[in-house]
Amino acid sequence: MLILTCPCCGTTGEETEFHQGGEAHLVRHGPGSTDDDFHTYMFARENPKGAHFERWRHNYGCGKWFIMARDTVTLEVYGTYPAQTHEPPQHIRERVTAKRPGWTWRDVA
Amino acid sequence: MKRYSVFAVAREALRDHMGWERAWASPEPKKKYDIIIVGAGGHGLATAYYLGKNFGITNVAVLEKGWLGGGNTGRNTTIIRSNYLQDPSAAIYEKSRSLYETLSQDLNYNIMFSPRGVIMLAQTEHELRGYQRTAHANALQGVTTEFISAQRVKEIVPIINLDGPRYPVLGGLWQARAGTARHDAVAWGYARACSAMGMHIIQKCEVTGISRENGRVTGVTTNRGDIGCDKLGLVVAGHSGHLADMAGFRLPIESVALQALVSEPIKPCMDCVVMANTVHGYMSQSDKGEMVIGGGTDGYNNYTQRGSFHHIEETVRALIETFPMIARLKMLRQWGGIVDVTGDRSPILSKTPVEGIFINCGWGTGGFKAIPGSGWGFAELMAKGHSPLCDQFGLDRLYQGRFIDESVAAGVAH
Repeated sequence: MLILTCPCCGTTGEETEFHQGGEAHLVRHGPGSTDDDFHTYMFARENPKGAHFERWRHNYGCGKWFIMARDTVTLEVYGTYPAQTHEPPQHIRERVTAKRPGWTWRDVA
Repeated sequence: MKRYSVFAVAREALRDHMGWERAWASPEPKKKYDIIIVGAGGHGLATAYYLGKNFGITNVAVLEKGWLGGGNTGRNTTIIRSNYLQDPSAAIYEKSRSLYETLSQDLNYNIMFSPRGVIMLAQTEHELRGYQRTAHANALQGVTTEFISAQRVKEIVPIINLDGPRYPVLGGLWQARAGTARHDAVAWGYARACSAMGMHIIQKCEVTGISRENGRVTGVTTNRGDIGCDKLGLVVAGHSGHLADMAGFRLPIESVALQALVSEPIKPCMDCVVMANTVHGYMSQSDKGEMVIGGGTDGYNNYTQRGSFHHIEETVRALIETFPMIARLKMLRQWGGIVDVTGDRSPILSKTPVEGIFINCGWGTGGFKAIPGSGWGFAELMAKGHSPLCDQFGLDRLYQGRFIDESVAAGVAH
């Protein structure tokens, strides 16, 4: 069971208090974009075996969205940060690198 | 290959069972094959089998990083049905179900197919209407299903509690020719038949890279050396994204854990399969007497092969209301498998951006029932470049907005 801390209200809770909302840091493509961009935004996902960046919502708490870095193999939570962040912050990347040397964060188009 | 038969049993009984041979060979990999299939699960082995049987292509290797049938083929709840809403799904699943009926004879291997019937319970007003619609769709597709009343459900499954209060049973979608089979035997039977045709099944052989030249596949790199091929089929379920990455393309797939559990064995109490999709639970009784219970998928991507505890709790809590008599059963084992789920919950059987690479994945939570049909269609796709069973399941369908939106599948129960 995941134990995570909401960066918005500071509460620490287990996973049933929260809800996952899909991959984070997707670049949005709307009307006027090319078909390729729109398809990528809608359907292509990283689905990594390792560090995954994903949106979560504190459903039974403050109700805010935030982003969490989590390992899909060990289920280790690397940390959480506010949803308004455009790419993973340095301290989270360092924590991932410590566990998964050579790891790189790929830009998700 | 020596045929299994009643005479073989009698012959071996007279000579202390010393004459049984290995069901399949374990050869060293050759330098090159016409076709390499990655993944020796049910779908991969079935593909190889129908390549040989229907198209005479036997210079085939099936590579497996672990052991044969050790992934989701050995981790499912063995349900076989074809009561799908959309035409392309009904076509491939019904093909599959009908192949299962004679598979033991075809393979000369007892896969213990048991057409005991499957009921999908309607426990909300929406589900009731949904299943009535599916029953009509199935009638048009030529798939024999029937919408039955709650009383009829009670007659078929006497241990059920219809009253609720939270999840009353309002009716059910009944497919009498659906059922279960012995999951391991399906993989073993196909493996034995493939090996008898001279195909190579190479276990403990992990693919670490895919070599390409001018946009065309030339072979794979493995922990047992480089192996060349003209065509490559990727049939690796949860790890499809990982292999697609090696080949340089991405898939619209996310992997999640789906779990199941079995109880201690009890006397026969339920002779069909019951699925309750509203509460993400489904149950059947194995020949050993264990109640086999399948649950829901985890709420987030993972590769853990165990699943979260609270999902089991939800499933069991709901099933206890519908089947009060199981409340005091002890559970013996629980396990999880990694399922590859697409955006529209339908599989992908397709050519890929790399010439010569074909992919069969995205079966999500319901791959076991599709093994023979998927193998049949995918073999045709690999041999001829197209197949009526697979054409609608192309990788391009999401791009074109041509979804095969299976509300019946719903990423939940199979």
